[in-house]
Amino acid sequence: MEHIRMPKVENVRLLDRLSSRRAVVGTLYLTATHVIFVENGSETRKETWVLHSQISSIEKQATTATGCPLLIRCKNFQVIQLVIPQERDCHDVYISLIRLARPVKYEELYCFSFNPKLDKEEREQGWKLVDLNEEYNRMGVPNSYWQISDVNRDYGVCDSYPTEVYVPKSATAHIIVGSSKFRSRRRFPALSYYCKDNNASICRSSQPLSGFSARCLEDEQMLQAIRKANPGSDFIYVVDTRPKLNAMANRAAGKGYENEDNYSNIKFQFIGIENIHVMRNSLQKMLEVCELKSPSMSDFLWGLENSGWLKHIKAIMDAGIFIAKVLIEKDWVSFGHKFNHRYGNLDGDPKEISPVIDQFIECVWQLMEQFPCAFEFNERFLIHIQHHIYSCQFGNFLCNSQKERRELKIKERTYSLWAHLWKNRSDYLNPLYRPGHSQTQGTLHPQIAPCNFLYKFWSGMYNRFEKGLHPRQSVTDYLMAVKEETQQLEEELEVLQERLANLQRSQSGNNKVKSKQQDKSKQFGLYTSNNSLANTPQEYSNDLKSFPSRSPSQGDEDSALILTQDNLKSSDPDLSANSDQESGVEDLSCRSPSGGGCLPSEDSGKDSDEAVFLAG
Amino acid sequence: MEFAELIKTPRADNVVLHCPFHLAVEGTLCLTGHHLIFSSRRQDNAEELWLLHSNIDSIEKRFVGSLGTIVIKCKDLRIIQLDIPGMEECLNIASSIEVLSTLDSVTLMYPFFYRPMFEVLEDGWSSFLLEQEFEHLSSVTNEWRLSYVNKEFSVCPSYPPVAIVPKSIDDEALRKVALFRHGGRFPVLSYYHKKNGMAMMRSSQPLTGTNGRRCKEDEKLVNSTLRSGRRGFVIDTRPLALAQQARAKGGGFEQEVHYPQWRRIHKYIERFHILQESFIKLVEACNDQSHNMDRWLSKLEASNWLSHIKELLTAACLAAQCIDREGASVLVHGSEGTDSTLQVTSLAQIILDPRCRTIRGFEALVVREWLQAGHPFQQRCAQSAYSNSKQKWEAPVFLLFLECVWQIHRQFPCSFEFNEQFLIMLFEHAYASQFGTFLGNNENERAKLKLPQKTMSLWSWVNRPEELSRFQNPLYEANSLVIWPSVAPQSLQLWEGVFLRWNRPSKFLEEAEEERINIIKYNKELQAKLNSHVMAEGR
Repeated sequence: MEHIRMPKVENVRLLDRLSSRRAVVGTLYLTATHVIFVENGSETRKETWVLHSQISSIEKQATTATGCPLLIRCKNFQVIQLVIPQERDCHDVYISLIRLARPVKYEELYCFSFNPKLDKEEREQGWKLVDLNEEYNRMGVPNSYWQISDVNRDYGVCDSYPTEVYVPKSATAHIIVGSSKFRSRRRFPALSYYCKDNNASICRSSQPLSGFSARCLEDEQMLQAIRKANPGSDFIYVVDTRPKLNAMANRAAGKGYENEDNYSNIKFQFIGIENIHVMRNSLQKMLEVCELKSPSMSDFLWGLENSGWLKHIKAIMDAGIFIAKVLIEKDWVSFGHKFNHRYGNLDGDPKEISPVIDQFIECVWQLMEQFPCAFEFNERFLIHIQHHIYSCQFGNFLCNSQKERRELKIKERTYSLWAHLWKNRSDYLNPLYRPGHSQTQGTLHPQIAPCNFLYKFWSGMYNRFEKGLHPRQSVTDYLMAVKEETQQLEEELEVLQERLANLQRSQSGNNKVKSKQQDKSKQFGLYTSNNSLANTPQEYSNDLKSFPSRSPSQGDEDSALILTQDNLKSSDPDLSANSDQESGVEDLSCRSPSGGGCLPSEDSGKDSDEAVFLAG
Repeated sequence: MEFAELIKTPRADNVVLHCPFHLAVEGTLCLTGHHLIFSSRRQDNAEELWLLHSNIDSIEKRFVGSLGTIVIKCKDLRIIQLDIPGMEECLNIASSIEVLSTLDSVTLMYPFFYRPMFEVLEDGWSSFLLEQEFEHLSSVTNEWRLSYVNKEFSVCPSYPPVAIVPKSIDDEALRKVALFRHGGRFPVLSYYHKKNGMAMMRSSQPLTGTNGRRCKEDEKLVNSTLRSGRRGFVIDTRPLALAQQARAKGGGFEQEVHYPQWRRIHKYIERFHILQESFIKLVEACNDQSHNMDRWLSKLEASNWLSHIKELLTAACLAAQCIDREGASVLVHGSEGTDSTLQVTSLAQIILDPRCRTIRGFEALVVREWLQAGHPFQQRCAQSAYSNSKQKWEAPVFLLFLECVWQIHRQFPCSFEFNEQFLIMLFEHAYASQFGTFLGNNENERAKLKLPQKTMSLWSWVNRPEELSRFQNPLYEANSLVIWPSVAPQSLQLWEGVFLRWNRPSKFLEEAEEERINIIKYNKELQAKLNSHVMAEGR
């Protein structure tokens, strides 16, 4: 790999953001696809793997007496702080990573080399898991009002739309093409969601090229056709997601918004979701807050408010970009959301990058918090999807449109994330979800207007890697284990009952039946796994540092606790990333499947008894 | 005094009740000596509201024509509105409520009139005696003894008659130590860490004054808890400057020259009126439905409530860390030793001692570290967040403690035998109750009021099996380990169960809790079934 100037650096220190005393020493490797840090010493030799495509920024800081600090920020919100002994090595690592994190060709992306050892058929199966047409069939289209149009075959009308588009039956090819010419990037109105109960529909399009006064007959006919496709309704709402000011400003550039006078029976409404630049800055500010070293409560809340992030989340929720069980595949990928530009997989204009999908995922999480029984999946599912949108390990989220994806033969050359998630689906289930439950029926009615306080900071996502900040016991995992056990009990009970019936029939009372009774503690042994981080004290006081430790070893009793969040799941992207890959690094044989490494237990510092403390 | 004299209009018809998230209901309002009762005339008979007058924190009235409206704000933070036709009726009712909700005399309070409808299985007044606690302690160590030096409340008026002290210190010495400590609160054992034999003691500040007075007996007492060659920590809940200022008023702190084996750490925990103001601001923010997201966050920040939570948890974790990780004994005090001191010692025990995370153990902790330890409940909980009284002794000290427990509970959801409702219930009863448990400011006052003879104990009610089942955490699995919570801002949340309790739709959250209970219940049923089958086959 010509970009790797420095494949291996020894005696690198990995700092812990929560506790300066938890720094570990190890070896840093750069491979074609990953940055890998392997701890020295401890038996487990804990590894940290970071995909190059996850790296969002690399910062080389001023050299200190202990070495040269390197700060790597990732798109999945992991922040890695390394200290490299030699400035020269640090520079080489820095230069290498800058290049590796910004591939210039699609072929450099990890998904083209990632091989989960599936055969061709399995790969194809994976890509068929989510089928758009089936999704539309589920919604009840095509029907007497809506049909598939092939007007965009060969991407002739709009290159960022898929080839098959659902439009009203009465919209002729002439109308569609005419309308597309009046729309930004030719994105004409097309069906997004259809509610078969009341024929209501959601269509989407780009802004019209109306300027200050231009109009387009076909576009007006197109909206008319959409209205007629719902015979029960006299008008349609046209919802513009921008703040009004932005839309008005766009008129000067020949773009703009629909004039109510020109379109019959429309009601126009602005919603005021800020543009991508505002959102990007907002996320940036919030992440800075997350990164603060031991912030006070005020620092944190003030920073959170100042970032405006939750305000934007609420605006998006208010706007109603939520339809229960919206499938990401349909609403985002197939309709030319500019994945590449927005997520910066390839080197490009940083101004085009925006966290729109992060916001969508967070909105779903906020809904899950309000409706704990309504979603079949759990928080981990959302976090892992977010991870893989940026990991480039699977082909799903590559490129900007179906057209580009076809040209790159994504389906032939890469694997589908959905297959991967499906394989590990048991990790992603919400134990509270029950198909018959009232919250799973019909539409959710979230508390919007006044309930600001229902929108919360999502530390599970934005401080995902600071495990010490999260609840130490997972209710979700606990309940899933209980449900699993319940299922086994049901089966055993059935067997026993059958056997009992047989026994009674044969009257042979001599048969000894061995109890297969579950050992509950074993069942839930999951919850007492070894993960010292899960339960060691934080730095509650600086005063203790200078105090000599009188009893160096208290035993590790209370470290033997809990924490299941991500660590123990085979589906965890941070584990799976390394499970099937040829890293080219020879001495990485000692992978620990548990992922939970042993951090040195809290000793109270070996400093001498310098009496830091106060004069009377 | 006859309550009837205070009630000019005992009953009003066609009253309309407004509660958040409920449709307005029309019904009849009745006033009794201790309750405001509203019952609708609905067929289903479900709409009945009983409100203790002592639960009413403030009352506002206004008129539109002859229709009067009373807004009642309760100590449990609930707000209800009553529309009462007829100006005179409304005025009468409002003034009755005002008087009845602010009765001066404790003996007029409801607990003295309450007659329980349940059979008492166990008298809660004698459920948690210090003698039992000491028996438990004696099985692991003989370094401590029970002292009855305070049996007449003459050595320390805010202590119970009996205390656990180092065996080597006799009652004569204790009397001397009491004179050297604020309010006579000499150091007593708060918690003994079986794992390594370390002790946590609590007291009030030493009365060193400006000229550095010392007390040999005090030094001997605290040193007797140290192993030879070991040092201990004094956790002072005041900042150094405040502790130094206290000397001018006769107070002070342990100076190193006289306590060379002790290292002092100052951890500032906010007190009294600052906490009360913070409480008022927070509740105001939670009730303000108009503002946008930005204002909500800045108001939450400005209330400082979560900062207090963070400070308090940090201090408690530090105390626990000293004991468990440093293997050192700890002495905790602030000024009086009746507020922040108790917050720290009781929270440290939640962290260290699995017993305190059971229902029974937590009750014992509240009795031992709050009621018997002389936290002035009557003063602190006289008014809640809607009060505008000028008095300075109200403060949500106990509520802060409960919230910290909730924060730890949230981080270790499977390690507590009780659920969130249990903590909320304790909050409610501390402020207004039919039980006598939280009346009075210390054991001395409770004895004088003859509460055990004249009122029912909260524990007699709570510990009945049918009540207990409501407070059990279905996810509980005994966890014998020390639990270290995170105190980072990202890990702390607003306690919605208390502060947004009346302002958020709770249906979906309740359904989720029900689902959790059902999952566990079904599992246990199957297990029992399987066991009985196995036994049947074994025969």
